[in-house]
Amino acid sequence: MDKLILRRLDQNAEEMILNFGPQHPSTHGVINFMVQTDGEVIRKAVPDVGYLHRGIEKIGEIVGYPGFMPFTDRIDYVAAMTANEGYAIACERLLKLEVPPRAQWLRAISGELTRISSHLVALGTMTMDIGATTPFGYGIRERETINDLIEELCGARLTFNYCRIGGVAFDMPEGWRDKVLKFLDHFDTFVPEFDRVISFNEIYVKRLANVAVITREDAIDFGLAGPNLRGSGVEWDIRRDLPYGAYPNFKFEVPVGKGFVGTVGDCFDRYYCRVLEMVESSKIVRQALNSLPEGEVMAKVPRKPKPEAGEATGRVESARGEIAYLVVSDGTDKAYRVRARTGSFMAMGVFEEGSPGLMIADLVALISSLDVVAPEIDR
Amino acid sequence: MTTNEIHERLKAKFGDDVGPLSEPKMDAFAVVKADRIVEVCKHLKSTPGLDFDYLDDLTAIDWPKRNVIEVVYQAASIKHRHLVKLKVEADRANAVVPSVAGVWRAANWLEREVYDLFGVTFTGHPDLRRLMLPDDWVGHPLRKDYQEAGGWHGINNVRESSLVELKRLDDVRRAEQAAKQPPAPVAAPAEPPKA
Repeated sequence: MDKLILRRLDQNAEEMILNFGPQHPSTHGVINFMVQTDGEVIRKAVPDVGYLHRGIEKIGEIVGYPGFMPFTDRIDYVAAMTANEGYAIACERLLKLEVPPRAQWLRAISGELTRISSHLVALGTMTMDIGATTPFGYGIRERETINDLIEELCGARLTFNYCRIGGVAFDMPEGWRDKVLKFLDHFDTFVPEFDRVISFNEIYVKRLANVAVITREDAIDFGLAGPNLRGSGVEWDIRRDLPYGAYPNFKFEVPVGKGFVGTVGDCFDRYYCRVLEMVESSKIVRQALNSLPEGEVMAKVPRKPKPEAGEATGRVESARGEIAYLVVSDGTDKAYRVRARTGSFMAMGVFEEGSPGLMIADLVALISSLDVVAPEIDR
Repeated sequence: MTTNEIHERLKAKFGDDVGPLSEPKMDAFAVVKADRIVEVCKHLKSTPGLDFDYLDDLTAIDWPKRNVIEVVYQAASIKHRHLVKLKVEADRANAVVPSVAGVWRAANWLEREVYDLFGVTFTGHPDLRRLMLPDDWVGHPLRKDYQEAGGWHGINNVRESSLVELKRLDDVRRAEQAAKQPPAPVAAPAEPPKA
């Protein structure tokens, strides 16, 4: 196989420019890749983003501090809870607010449930991109239960708008705790089932092992975040290393890529890190539910908060890696500048250097293994 | 290392080119002279004990009152788990800052974004093109004095509230109805002929 590819490249056959996207099921949103190919082999893939650029950072300068919260949902609609939380943390640091413990615990519970549901979508669509249609249904089935639970908590299934500056919008409803625990009991059996269905399926492993390896040094240098960074063997998790909210109270592992079936940092490592992370999230939710403190869920916050001039960064570990909000205040009731640094944006920087030499089908594997979500790139 | 220790080490190496630390109300930062930023970043990345190998964020803040654009650098060290925040001030009319894409490759896309949305030119950047907006877009939207041009190639991007538009359509329809002649009365059916 290798010889075949080399011979083709040497012959310098006719090259072709292929527009991959913007409407393509495996680009996970509206992204365009301009791919220069030599037969099946990619010479270069240049991503062209911005189709979903809605100017969310500019909107943040117009709508006022509490009014921006629903827009953070739209930054990452697959894991909206953590996107909410990061903005809330940045504003709370500006306002020097103490968040009640119960609210912090509820943020952790809902955030980890969202992380599980986001990873289920990521893993499901990844298997679908590779060519297996069945596991996607299994992932979506579990996600449906989480959506139901979150809907009971905050009334929305996708764009939650649950966090508030100074706490969360609602306390959990009666009987919710038992429902979540029941779901977790079921979910702990789901992960081995998912592994049996697809993870170590021979064809699937062969499609991913040793494909599109990102080394540890490259991953750090490109600023990859979250499971993409950890897939390359870097132990870096904001929840543990720059802790926030309730996370110092929980015990959990940070899974990293170890070359489970191939090389450290290949597509399978990024995939399997997500599978292992779901197990850890389930542990965190259990611990949080068992140690949930009583009390208020909102601090006393003025209707139109006016923080003194200054700037603060709120960092959270979202499902797609670190989201860092930089919020600048000039002393009025509207933010002077809101900036969201997201994991998907950083992941897009990899393609130009990472894609040469891949097959076209491997580019699909690389895109889905990085789990990019288009609105999070463009904002 | 704490922010103060990191700042002291930078001061010892670069003297007055690294400004004083801001008041530690929120996140303390230091302003660096633009022409030394690449050296400072290289020093941050390669000095043992600092090891800032991870560029966390690179963005900008526009301050028309002071006539500067601040480029904000936030870096982290995976090994030591500490953070640093630096700023470079550039003139608004001629915003030029040396690129740090040679230090961290993460800066490549981040600088393109700042170039696109703020109009800061990064000298030495390998591929400085617009990122979010089309290549022939005019202006830099995240600047405070940006005015929308009202469209792009005939695609409108400014519109009134949709309620205003609905009311306008309603008014047009009412005016049309009023202008129409009232319909002629239906003629009574002719009486059937008598047998």
